[in-house]
Amino acid sequence: MTADQAREAIAAALRQIAPEADLSEVDPDGDLREQLDLDSMDFLNLVVQLDSTTGVVISEDDYPALETLAGAVRLLVSRSSTGASA
Amino acid sequence: MPSLGADMEVGTVLEWLVQPGAEVHRGDIVAVIDTAKAAVEVEVFDDGVVDEILVPVGKSVPVGTLLALLAPVGTSVPSPRTAAETAAPQHEAPPPGGEQVRVTSPIVRHLAHQRGVDLAALPGTGADGAVTRDDVERAVLPATPAAPAARTAPVRSSPYARRRAAELGVDLARLTGTGQGGTVTVADVEQAAPAVRTEAPAEPTPPSTPDRQSAMRDTIGRLMARSKREIPHYYLTTTVDLDRASSFLRETNRARPVPDRILPAALLLKAVALGCRDVPAMNGFWQDDGFVAADAVHLGVAVALRGGGLVTPAIHDADSLPLDELMARLRDLVGRTRAGRLRRAELTDGTITVTNLGDLGVESVHGVIYPPQVAIVGFGKVLDRPVAVDGLLGVRPTVTMTLAADHRVSDGIVGARFLTTVDRLLQRPETLLQGGCDDR
Repeated sequence: MTADQAREAIAAALRQIAPEADLSEVDPDGDLREQLDLDSMDFLNLVVQLDSTTGVVISEDDYPALETLAGAVRLLVSRSSTGASA
Repeated sequence: MPSLGADMEVGTVLEWLVQPGAEVHRGDIVAVIDTAKAAVEVEVFDDGVVDEILVPVGKSVPVGTLLALLAPVGTSVPSPRTAAETAAPQHEAPPPGGEQVRVTSPIVRHLAHQRGVDLAALPGTGADGAVTRDDVERAVLPATPAAPAARTAPVRSSPYARRRAAELGVDLARLTGTGQGGTVTVADVEQAAPAVRTEAPAEPTPPSTPDRQSAMRDTIGRLMARSKREIPHYYLTTTVDLDRASSFLRETNRARPVPDRILPAALLLKAVALGCRDVPAMNGFWQDDGFVAADAVHLGVAVALRGGGLVTPAIHDADSLPLDELMARLRDLVGRTRAGRLRRAELTDGTITVTNLGDLGVESVHGVIYPPQVAIVGFGKVLDRPVAVDGLLGVRPTVTMTLAADHRVSDGIVGARFLTTVDRLLQRPETLLQGGCDDR
């Protein structure tokens, strides 16, 4: 998975959870939950979506990496089978 | 028009799911009612045949107004499909879900409503012509769809804006919308209205033109004011050591696939529900100058809506649900609440409410009791705090739990017993896993 694919997967998941959010305005290094007003239920739903759409296994220990958009992209890219373009 | 919550005074029929001539049975969902907070599915309580629909889609009526007439089962009622018989006379555009109800998911419906997209006029690309989320998203894009000329393309506006346009004699098609994607908003309609009305103030009078947000605000405000006026609240606070509970959750979740993971909130809710069994004075209703203990624990969960507003739907029998199922119910309930689609029983049956603002980072929340309930539990953020452990300084995850309770029903000592019970349950999280009722 490439970084762009990872970003798109995250964007698609977030569209379900925060449909009115404008993802182009999200600071990639800022707190994702705060910027998009996600509570713990939203966050869990995000992880569920990413798990089902990307096949990347995300454990609770990985949650800190998902605090920012940049961190989430990095996690998905590094965890996908080759880390290169699918 | 059913009462769908202590705070409800009027409701609007959003959809009729049956027509004259349809046979219905007790428990069948027959209509969707808009309460300003949510679109609620309501069921019929008798068996019968729909005789006449008295309140059409889009009309707002007070609670208690007769919505439809039922004839006894077996009565032969002509089922007219002509426009003259059904649908509201005031509408130009077909109301959502008028005669032909295409199956659309609650999320799609909600999205369409938010974006001002007329679902009935949108071609669906899903199964059986169902409108999908992508269909709605495409309809909102600035680029005009490759559909017929602008003249025949649907004017994007909310059902409420269309109704106002009809009331004010404004032709929607001639308006330029200022809302998202060119949507014609209520404000656009009102500005265009000819100044013929006797009282046409610059500020619309509250009863005639609340938009959804302010209607919700009014509703919540009135209920909270009533609560503070009528209920003598007392307040208790305690800090709960969540070390055992956190470890328990971590271990449990480690072995589970993502969709099966349990949130701390579910654990807290289960403990509160079980606490209600031990201290029934927290669980029930103030009715006719007396307390009536409920015979079940239907836990109201405060859910904040994106864009503002608060709804408190209930998880039925939360005390006897296995933790897994409580978590699943919680997810489903929060999802449907945010999509604006709840069931009547979820809005009216709560016996106690829990409000959890921990995700916002506040340490504690002191709730306001929702009449006719008699207590509300609050949870703040789970924080690592220094605690004394065996005489030494340790750091543990902790949460501040509060109780606001009705002093007509109980004294502080009873409330304290309740909080202590919940605390004790959270120290033995493994006992919260199973469901079932045990006689105590």
